[in-house]
Amino acid sequence: MTAQTKADIVEALNQSKFVNKKESKALVQAFFDTLSDALIQGNNVKLSGFGNFILREKSARPGRNPKTGQEVTISPRRVVTFKAGQKLKKEVTRLAKNNTP
Amino acid sequence: MTRSELADLIAKQYPSLGNKYIEEVVKIILDYMSSTLSQGKRIEIRGFGSFSLHYRAPRRAHNPKTGQVFQLGCQHVPHFKPGKELKQSVNDAVAMAT
Repeated sequence: MTAQTKADIVEALNQSKFVNKKESKALVQAFFDTLSDALIQGNNVKLSGFGNFILREKSARPGRNPKTGQEVTISPRRVVTFKAGQKLKKEVTRLAKNNTP
Repeated sequence: MTRSELADLIAKQYPSLGNKYIEEVVKIILDYMSSTLSQGKRIEIRGFGSFSLHYRAPRRAHNPKTGQVFQLGCQHVPHFKPGKELKQSVNDAVAMAT
């Protein structure tokens, strides 16, 4: 299974015949950059039909270096989580119905 | 931030293209990502992160309201794993503030 990359999204945008080819690469980059910037600035991003990128604050917790077994404290941090929206979930579930393992 | 606010922010970087145009571009990008995932393919964006599907085994579930038990088939749920860069920058923003 090959992963789709930014180049594939650019290609899809080109094929839509809606966008000038020169622009599509810059626009896809701008899309992900702007999305990242919003998250970095601490804003949740809700993309209707696709899903929500939600920031969560994690408090410090004890952890262990799996290699050495040494106990360390994992520092408090902010992480990005993604929750798929209704529409995306439904589309993906259709897949499971079509090819049951 | 919502979808249209995101489009507005991108449009500001391309004043010649107009908001309507950018909104359509955002729609095409998201639709393409949705359809890629629903074909069971992964999406990998360097620096941002990757989208993939996680398999959920079939299980018996029950309706919490009626208590009725039924068999729930296997499912796939979309999953996002933030990339190294995004993970770091999101966390650094907090570290710097404190």
